[in-house]
Amino acid sequence: MNIKGRIAPGNLGDRTFGFILRFFSWATIALFLGMLVFLAQLSWEAIQTYGPKFWAGTDWNPPMEEFGAAPFIVGTLASSLIAVLIAAPVSVGTAVFLREIAPRQLSSFVAFLVELLAAIPSVVYGLWGVFVLAPVMRDQVQPFLAEWFGPETYFASALGHLATAFIYPFSLIGNLFGVWQISLSELSVKMMAIAHGLFDGPPLGLGLLTSGVVLAIMIIPTVTALSREVLMTVPDSVREGALGLGATRWEMIRIALLRTARAGLVGSVILGLGRAIGETMAVTMVIGNRNVIPNSLFEPAQTMASVIANEYNESDGLHLSSLAFVGLSLFLIALFVNLFARLLVRYLERGRYA
Amino acid sequence: MALDVSPEFNQKTGMGNLDGQNLEVEQKQIALETQKLSAWFGDHHVVKEISLSVEKNDVFALIGPSGCGKSTFIRCLNRLHEEGEGARVSGDVLIQGIGKSGGRENIYRSGVDPVSVRRRIGMVFQKPNPFPGLSIFENVASGLRLAQVVRRSVLEEVVETSLKQAALWDEVKDKLKKPGTSLSGGQQQRLCIARALAVRPQILLMDEPTSALDPISTARIEELVMKLRGEVTVMIVTHNMQQAARISSQTAFFLMGELVEVGPTNRIFTKPKESKTEQYITGRFG
Ligand SMILES: Nc1ncnc2c1ncn2[C@@H]1O[C@H](COP(=O)(O)OP(=O)(O)O)[C@@H](O)[C@H]1O
Ligand SMILES: [Mg+2]
Repeated sequence: MNIKGRIAPGNLGDRTFGFILRFFSWATIALFLGMLVFLAQLSWEAIQTYGPKFWAGTDWNPPMEEFGAAPFIVGTLASSLIAVLIAAPVSVGTAVFLREIAPRQLSSFVAFLVELLAAIPSVVYGLWGVFVLAPVMRDQVQPFLAEWFGPETYFASALGHLATAFIYPFSLIGNLFGVWQISLSELSVKMMAIAHGLFDGPPLGLGLLTSGVVLAIMIIPTVTALSREVLMTVPDSVREGALGLGATRWEMIRIALLRTARAGLVGSVILGLGRAIGETMAVTMVIGNRNVIPNSLFEPAQTMASVIANEYNESDGLHLSSLAFVGLSLFLIALFVNLFARLLVRYLERGRYA
Repeated sequence: MALDVSPEFNQKTGMGNLDGQNLEVEQKQIALETQKLSAWFGDHHVVKEISLSVEKNDVFALIGPSGCGKSTFIRCLNRLHEEGEGARVSGDVLIQGIGKSGGRENIYRSGVDPVSVRRRIGMVFQKPNPFPGLSIFENVASGLRLAQVVRRSVLEEVVETSLKQAALWDEVKDKLKKPGTSLSGGQQQRLCIARALAVRPQILLMDEPTSALDPISTARIEELVMKLRGEVTVMIVTHNMQQAARISSQTAFFLMGELVEVGPTNRIFTKPKESKTEQYITGRFG
């Protein structure tokens, strides 16, 4: 329900109040549009020079005045994806544990700690990543991953085949419209190369994987706290309905809880994704800052946010304009993720609580 | 009461008994019996040593003022009470066994899994509680899925019969894929009844199933309960005395956690033995 009172035209207090509210809501919209215009202006030179090809360009070479944003788009998407793949199950699992399994005392204590974690500034996570996580990744995690999932492992071959099978139908459509020209064998070779390269190379400690892990750790508290709130909104009557039918605790969680809370849980994960996409400081510190598309998760990379943070200080002309264009693209991606999240949540929620 | 006869005895003697007077009484079996059943919330003793028995395939009503422990009592009968924090139960609940023995089983015997008890005893709650994430079809099928029934044809058949039993089929047969929560309150409650019936429970517990519903939905559910008589044992909590009088054949009156009086509904409402019962049914308190 949406009850709207009327602002009495004669009342001075009401009128002033109404004016202030209206001012701020318009100011928000103006700020949003202003930001967009500002970014577009600053990146105008790059937009004119490259157009949409900017996003496909794989070379970023300031001395040669060559600017393509693909390495950063890949870096941002890959590191955020790694973060979400790790954070989503951990966070939802923790939230379920806290709400459904842990004794109440422990649960509220841990929930309090989790919310404290969410308040730690990202530069602290960055420092921790550089000095604690990176050596562990270099000495323990990466050698282990290389052995089990690296080149010439069954995992890599299986992944390559799977990826080929998954992408082949799309490449057929591509062939049909003459967009791509790729045969099955070519595709397979490409996918195999990617799969076998995923965990290849020297363990450096700093790189794409490490930044994904740091991002995951950064968003886990937020996503856990949000997921817990979501689970709190599931009425006890639904839990009892499942138990009354003879569901075990785990079955109750599956059919009553997770199904009911599905939309909210997806929403909280996507909020975490949004945070990972925009995160700058911690990522800049651990990703290794190399302006190429990484072939391996162990390699250094660069995200859209980190390249801006690294380079805007000593840039001008087309370089500065290209950085602004990267910023504009990041803005659009963040916007898109948010919009997508809203649509997804609405889709999952249709017909609910009617 | 003369009903307290073991089922083995009934089975042996039921057919061959020539004594017409006893025939009817002795053929009745006890579906459920509580013996000194007590329940607590922490230190709060809410249900106090209740002993009563319910005939098989009968409708048994539980009346009493709000807060007298009706819900707590009925939630002990499928071992749901113990799920609450600080909740405790003592005493025994015997239900008719399944399997070869045919004897009675104590659901509070140590080693009995509460989950297996709940699969045999269905429950309908005060507030309709269909699973929000599931379609109408899946709501009804959920108990079967828990019992590992996966054959589509079986599921479809059981869902249809259960919805028909709950008098909901005609209203939902064209929208089985819609969410269960998209239905009206009365329809949701009938959906929950169908969900409970789908697993063919021995006993159906209903805790004020109509108190959140409008008069028309209430009438439909009462009708449905009357139809269930003879098919399944129903224990229904109500604080609506007319409802108890309309649909039940036995009634128990609870007051402050104690069983004041139990007997045939007719007698309870016309010639109560206890003065407290009389005061309650004539509306002098509660
Ligand atoms: N979750 C609970 N925790 C503590 N006390 C409770 C809880 N639920 C009910 N009670 C208490 O137990 C008593 C019986 O409640 P209940 O069985 O719900 O009564 P009824 O269903 O007859 O209205 C009441 O005094 C009530 O305050
Ligand atoms: Mg109650």
